[in-house]
Amino acid sequence: MSATAEHHHGITTTDAESHHYAALGVEHLKLAFWIFLGSDCFFFGSLIGMYMSYRGKSLVGPYPLDVFDVNITSISTFILLMSSFTMVLAVLGAKTGRRGMCLTFLLVTAACGASFVGFQIYEFNHFFHEGLTLQGNLFGSSFYTLTGFHGTHVAIGVLWLLLQAVWYTQGWIRGDEGLMVEVTGLYWHFVDIVWIVIFTIIYLLEYT
Amino acid sequence: MATDVQVQTGTEVHHEEDNSLWSWITTVDHKRIGKLYLVSAFLFFLFGGIEALLVRAQLTVPNAGFLSAQTYNELFTMHATTMIFLGVMPLSAAFFNFLIPLQIGARDVVFPRLNAFSYWVFLFGAIFIQLPFVLNLVPGLFDAPVVPDGGWFGYANQTSAKFSVGLSIDFWMIGLQIIGLASLAASFNFITTILNLRAPGMSLFRVPVFTWMAMVVNFLLAMSLPMITIGLVLLMFDRNYGTNFYSPERGGDPLLWQHLFWLFGHPEVYILILPAMGIVSEVLPTVSKKPLFGAPFVIFSGILIGFIGFGVWSHHMFTVGLGPVADAAFSITTMIIAVPTAVKIFNWLATMWGGRIVFNTAALFSISFVGLFTIGGLSGVMHASPPVDLQHQDSYFVVAHFHYVLFGGAIFGLFSGIYFYWPKMFGVMLDERMGKASWLIMFIGMNLTFFPMHFLGAQGMPRRYYTYDPGLNWELWNLVATIGAFILALGVLITTIAMIRGLLGQGEKAPADPWDGATLEWSLPTPVPHFNFQTVPTVHSDRPFWDEKHEGGPPVSQGKINEDPHKHVEMPPPSFWPIIAAFCVGMTITGFMLGGGGGEFNGGNFLNQVIFQGVFAIALLVSLLMWIKEDPTPR
Repeated sequence: MSATAEHHHGITTTDAESHHYAALGVEHLKLAFWIFLGSDCFFFGSLIGMYMSYRGKSLVGPYPLDVFDVNITSISTFILLMSSFTMVLAVLGAKTGRRGMCLTFLLVTAACGASFVGFQIYEFNHFFHEGLTLQGNLFGSSFYTLTGFHGTHVAIGVLWLLLQAVWYTQGWIRGDEGLMVEVTGLYWHFVDIVWIVIFTIIYLLEYT
Repeated sequence: MATDVQVQTGTEVHHEEDNSLWSWITTVDHKRIGKLYLVSAFLFFLFGGIEALLVRAQLTVPNAGFLSAQTYNELFTMHATTMIFLGVMPLSAAFFNFLIPLQIGARDVVFPRLNAFSYWVFLFGAIFIQLPFVLNLVPGLFDAPVVPDGGWFGYANQTSAKFSVGLSIDFWMIGLQIIGLASLAASFNFITTILNLRAPGMSLFRVPVFTWMAMVVNFLLAMSLPMITIGLVLLMFDRNYGTNFYSPERGGDPLLWQHLFWLFGHPEVYILILPAMGIVSEVLPTVSKKPLFGAPFVIFSGILIGFIGFGVWSHHMFTVGLGPVADAAFSITTMIIAVPTAVKIFNWLATMWGGRIVFNTAALFSISFVGLFTIGGLSGVMHASPPVDLQHQDSYFVVAHFHYVLFGGAIFGLFSGIYFYWPKMFGVMLDERMGKASWLIMFIGMNLTFFPMHFLGAQGMPRRYYTYDPGLNWELWNLVATIGAFILALGVLITTIAMIRGLLGQGEKAPADPWDGATLEWSLPTPVPHFNFQTVPTVHSDRPFWDEKHEGGPPVSQGKINEDPHKHVEMPPPSFWPIIAAFCVGMTITGFMLGGGGGEFNGGNFLNQVIFQGVFAIALLVSLLMWIKEDPTPR
């Protein structure tokens, strides 16, 4: 809308009357969402800090290498990372008005996210049967809490992507549709980036 | 006061104020939400004050039998929890809500419905955390204590299911999560509002100092609340599902809680004091008829305090024994953070220097803020030294220190704000005679209560003990402190009566600009129209309204209001989805109360929890969809 960087310098009072006038030159929704993501970093940061400080402190097994199968987790990681690419294509479609492209890639992204969650459920189930429980040792407590917190983020993201696809086809969103898809994308990329960190410290560090 | 200019004369807007209960429930108007925050926070403040009086009554004489040890623990826990989370923070939020849009020339906050949502979530959480007092009245309902009794800091592993049987800690940890969510949502809203809704020409350094401090505080909230939330979630998992985070016998470390808590807890100290500093930075220049001395220094000091505030948390943990390196590092950062704080003190002093100070109630509260806060700050920086801290830890000296900062500081600043902004908020002046009497009595009572605690602490009296033996030389000062507390309560009572009279519309009608203010909020008529600014002003300095009145600057005031401004100004309509969504969020989090297993995983309870939460999560999703459908325009 009018809240672009070009409009920022030549602001007039008439511009300021608009709901969309943004003094900083970033749309309200996007700016607020960036601040939310900054805040979410501290949620993940606290959990990652907890995981790191408890790493290797379990009194009893199973220990990480007793249960990990890094090949399977690498596949799900690859799928999640590739979904960032499809998300970019969805945003591109929304921004350039190619509705079919946007819708397709929203659904592809949601499918990637859902399969990541599926992999995680399989993994949790597998680990549980290997004897790793939430209560059994520190590793179990911290592993399930951290990856569960991230998995919840992905699941919410999948739900959001599907709703976004519905809004998009039903024409619920008035005004700047592209902005809404873009903010959805910000969330999705954030969840991806966080997973890179989590995957590294939980899985890859064990193999060094 | 503003004798020479009465720009607003004759701009009375015809106000068909809808005062029905429904209109307050569905309001999205930042001014109304500010008033709701003010009234509810003040009620909780009074409640917390009564708890403090009971604590003081028990300590009046040695071995008093007025309260049992259990009740005493409950009262000091709830006194601190209430004052911090339900008193000072929402009182600050009241001023954020009311003032930020008016000071920056905006018609509302960026997301008005999210703002209403924050208030209702806060109210839900506040009622939730006080609910145990009501449940306690039903005899035989619970066999274990139900009122939170673990201290506001809730140190692990005393809060574990093993050492805290019953629901008391559950109410505390779940209530705090709900209240934290309200502050988080509000912080995203306020930061975006301040950055994006500034009037044309209002560069960042033309933003009034109060709004600047509000921005710093909201950044602190956005970054520090996640850490205590995670700490509380881990505690909840320990208590409900038998995880091991804080249980040393299974490898967990109770110190993790202390780190997460104080990583939040120290920024929280600045969350409590910076809004009051912002108010004082508005009041002192106005009553001194001078600009704020070195305003950019005040702003930069606030930012610096915000940054360093994240790097000092372990000075709460010197007695833990983190080692000489950590102790030295946190000792140094703690000394450094005193510098920007002191800069502000000197700025306020220089602002008053040579000014012709009008000694109204707001001025008296603000001026005494400077003195009392300095005393608290000096006794605080003493504890930057680990050896001193080791002596004072958990003694009444610390109680004296933080009450000087939080009562002499935060509360005096907020009271100053109440007297200063009441005319703009409610359209009537608060009674100045009552105000001055209230100030004098509170000032005497406050010093009589808290200064003797320095002596008691230095003589070794520990905090949080429900009684003490005679012959320890503590009798005199405990008696004095209790007398002081009741004098203090009398002072607060007078302001309460003045506020009730004000709410009932009694008293002198307030002019638009009673104090000859400098910033945009005073350029508006009183009562402020629903849409605040008919025309959004263009700002040319950091004191636009002062310049218009006294320096021949370009006009920012509104002039004649159109007969039907609603034709020109589109305002967001009222909505009841915020309160519905807030209720669903609150109930979803409340569901964790059902999953408790006394430190073990309990499948049946967990199933109940999931069903309960599932129902409300779906209701939440539906209400959010309706919320979006009501106004599907991304901004």
